[in-house]
Order: sequence, then structure tokens, then C-alpha cells
Amino acid sequence: MTINMGPQHPATHGVLRIVLELDGEVIVKAIPHIGHLHRGIEKLAETKTYHQSIPFTDRLDYTNAMGNNLAYVLAVEKLLGLEVPKRAQYLRVMMAELQRIAAHLIWLGTHVLDMGATTPIFYTFREREDILRIFEEVAGGRLTPTYLRIGGLSKDLPEGIEEKVKSFVRTFPDHMKEYETLLTKNVIWMQRTKGVGIISKEDAISWGVTGPTLRGSGVKYDVRKAFPYSSYEEFDFDIPIGSVGDVYDRYIVRLREMEWSNSIVEQALERLPKGPIIANDPRITLPPKDDVTKDIAALIRQFKIVCEGFKPPVGETYASVEASKGELGFYIVSDGSNRPFRFRIRTPSFANLSALPRMIEGSLIADVISTIGSIDIVLGEIDR
Amino acid sequence: MAESILAVEKLKEKFPNSILEVTTFCGEVTVGVSKGEIFEICKFLHSDPDLQFHLLTDLCGLDFFPQTPRFGIAYLLCSVKNSQRLRLKTRLGEEESIRSVESIWKVANWYEREVYDLFGIRFENHPDLRRILLWDGYDGYPLRKDYPAEGPDFDKPFVPEV
Repeated sequence: MTINMGPQHPATHGVLRIVLELDGEVIVKAIPHIGHLHRGIEKLAETKTYHQSIPFTDRLDYTNAMGNNLAYVLAVEKLLGLEVPKRAQYLRVMMAELQRIAAHLIWLGTHVLDMGATTPIFYTFREREDILRIFEEVAGGRLTPTYLRIGGLSKDLPEGIEEKVKSFVRTFPDHMKEYETLLTKNVIWMQRTKGVGIISKEDAISWGVTGPTLRGSGVKYDVRKAFPYSSYEEFDFDIPIGSVGDVYDRYIVRLREMEWSNSIVEQALERLPKGPIIANDPRITLPPKDDVTKDIAALIRQFKIVCEGFKPPVGETYASVEASKGELGFYIVSDGSNRPFRFRIRTPSFANLSALPRMIEGSLIADVISTIGSIDIVLGEIDR
Repeated sequence: MAESILAVEKLKEKFPNSILEVTTFCGEVTVGVSKGEIFEICKFLHSDPDLQFHLLTDLCGLDFFPQTPRFGIAYLLCSVKNSQRLRLKTRLGEEESIRSVESIWKVANWYEREVYDLFGIRFENHPDLRRILLWDGYDGYPLRKDYPAEGPDFDKPFVPEV
């Protein structure tokens, strides 16, 4: 029998359609169909200047907007050879890690909700709300903050926000205990996840899987350690890995990752350097907003950069970050004009989803739900 | 960096006729290769015990219209063991096809489908070359440079026949 799962199915986390060929309740073949959310961002970005493409990146993986901003601005800064001030680098790390916690909290809440546990989502969204409130104060936006700029950040931290971040960091470990009490040793949870959706080390690498899904299979690959960016080499953290590569391992890996992220936020806050938050290169970076309203030179500079953009040297570059789902990379080819010649986004969910048939073929329909949840896909970045 | 250069040296030794150019920009090594031996080159980089490029991070198309040969394909390889990256680039003309690397890296299956979908480049020996992001029967290849960004029917409103 062939059944069609999605595109309007609550457990597909968006608009994913999977055609399942069944023998009884066992899956013989699974064919994912994607593209329902295709917006042509790669094409669109070729018609925009480099600054204008930053808001697009928020809308790729909309649970991880800060991380997406970071990957894109890193690629452009690498192309330009632009040095970013230390304070901006630390704040970027802090925001990216808070965002990772928020993204993992969505994953945790929705993943267990798919399998019938309705309680944890109320806990996880409570903490996620704290992070979004911090983002709102810092950047002005909650889901799509567009906080980063080429060369730095849009603004410095507002008054009193450090206290709020500190209080979040202090209380978060206790909240982690609450989630773990509900799930980690829960018999039903363990039976639904242990030995389900297994993918081996070799297969995971061959299918291009990255992020917690790859680490759940026992491969110690994390872009933050393998190719450090934005001063990650100055932070003390470990990469948790699993052993079997099943849904439970991926669950444990993400939980431990949240704890490390929390620790990185704490370290960033403790050692936050003083100084400017954006590089001062009049041809590239935007002037401080206060100056624009007072100083004619700053106004002209702002006008020129917004309207005309800047012209990076001819060349091509790839920069990637460890986003919440895996390796998110931007491959930008410049032909020397003020718009990118090619704007390629390497998104983690795309490759991770391509391995889904490998994980679920031979298992039961109920396991499809838990496996999709465990690879934590976001269709916004698969379809772009 | 050193490993990437080791990879370049090994490639030059093994495929002297197919390595066209080696460039380094922003610390990234790009090797231009001819498309004839792309499969063998990828196979070698994947299986060589010193290099071990086991992860195909990305595979994407490029359109250099109106230059000839028109298209390019960029392969971004990553060695998890050595923490190294290497980019391969190859060019091909409008009517040409290129050998699929799906049998080396499984993820290439979807990447090549995407390149086929958005650029119209055909891959030989691909097990399942269908459109992936757009629907079957879509007219045109949107990431080509001669495809308008606003869409081909932007100024042609749809009027149903009465």
C-alpha cells in the first residue's frame, strides 16, 4: 500500500510530503517531496546589494535567525577581508548561542509533542519566551531580529540587558532538570526512541548529515571546533556525541549541547570586551545611527551604502557556522560589482533530510514521526 | 591548509592533464579541473588514505552566461579527519552533461537534482534525475542568468478564457 504523509501534517514540521510505500505497517520505501516553500532566495539575492540580503537569511531557518545572519555576514566579511571588533564577535557568539538554545527548545517541545507528550512544550516555550524577550530588547525583533550587520552589529546592548541574560543563564540549568525529569528516564519515551531511526557513522557522512544528527552517530564534527569563527577558539566547551545513532542519542546530544551553549553565553558575558560594535570602514560599514541624524557626512555615507552598496574584490568564498541544525554555509561568488554573482546557501536540513529514507526504511510508520522530529528539519531552509 | 596543498600535489601527480588551475583566495584552495575526469578525481580524493574527503559539504551550479563554456559546477569537499576543505570547479557547455558523483557521496543525489532543477545541467548515471524544488513540468531553469528574477510572466496577467 502507498500512503501520502503531508504536506499538511502536523508532524512534518512544515510543508514536507513523504510518499510511503508500505508492506503492512513496515516501510519499504520512502520518497520525500520538498519545494512547497521555495521562495527563490538564491535568485532574489543576486538582484540585491550585500546589505540588503541580510533579512533574507533570517527567513531560512526561522528558528535560528541569529545563526543565519552570522553565517552570511561572515562570508561577506571574509570576501572583503574585514576585521570585526572583539566586542561584536563576543556579542555574536552570545546571541548565536542563545538562539541555539531557543531553537533546541522548539525542537524539544515539538518533537515530544509529536509523540504524544503534551507537557514539555509548555515548559520549553516558557524559556524560549525569555530568550525572545532578550532578543526583542537587543534587536527589536523576536523571530527575525536581523541584528547583525556586515562588519559588526546594528546596535550595542541596551541598558540592563546583561542582568536579564545573567538571570536566564543562572536559572536555565534548573529548567533543564525539569525537562529531563519528564523525559530522559521515561519508559514510554525510551521505548519510542531507543533503537529507532538509526544511521551509522559512515552512512551519516556519506549522506552529508551534519549537526547534532551527525554527532548522535558518534562523529565528533562541529564547525565551531573544526573551523573556528568569531572567536569560538577562546571559549571552553565540549562536543557531546552519541554512540548508536538513534533518536535517543540525538535527543541526548541536543540536551547536552544546550548546557554547553548556556555555559558559552555565561563565558561571553563574563569576558565581554569593551569597545566598538562595528568596524569603521567608511566604504563598507554603516555609520552609527545617532550620527546619521546630526552629521551630514554620516548621512551621505549611510545613503551611499544603502543605495549603492559596496564592491568587494573578484573572488569566491565559503563561510559556515554551526547552526542549530548543522553546518550552515554561504558560498558567495563576486564578480566585482555591488551584487553577488552567485549566492549559494548550503543548508543543513537539506542534506539531513536526504538521509531520512535511509533512517526509516524497514521501520514502522510510528517511527517515521519520531525520526522526522529527531533530525529537526525546518522547511524554510530546505526549500529556500 | 597544508593538507589541501598535499591534496593539490597528489592530484597534479595523479591527473596531470585534468588539473587546469589552482587558485588560493581568502585562504581557500580552489582547483579547476576538466570535466572529463571529474568522477575519477572525486573518487581519488574520497578514497586516498591521507586525504579522506569523506564529506561532500556542497555541490552547486554556476551560470557564466554569456561566456562559453556556459556553466560551472563547484564541489566543496571536507575532510572530517583532517579538518580541511577543498573546492573543485569544473566548466561545461550548454548542451553537455557531466558524470554524477552520487555513487561516491550519497548526498550528491539531492544536490545534483537541485542543480538539474535550477540550471538544467544533466548528470550521467544519476539514479533519479527529477526536479526537486520546483514541480514537474515547470518551464525554464530559474537560476540561469537569462531567466528574469521577477519571473517570465510578471507583466502578463492571467486572464481565463471565456
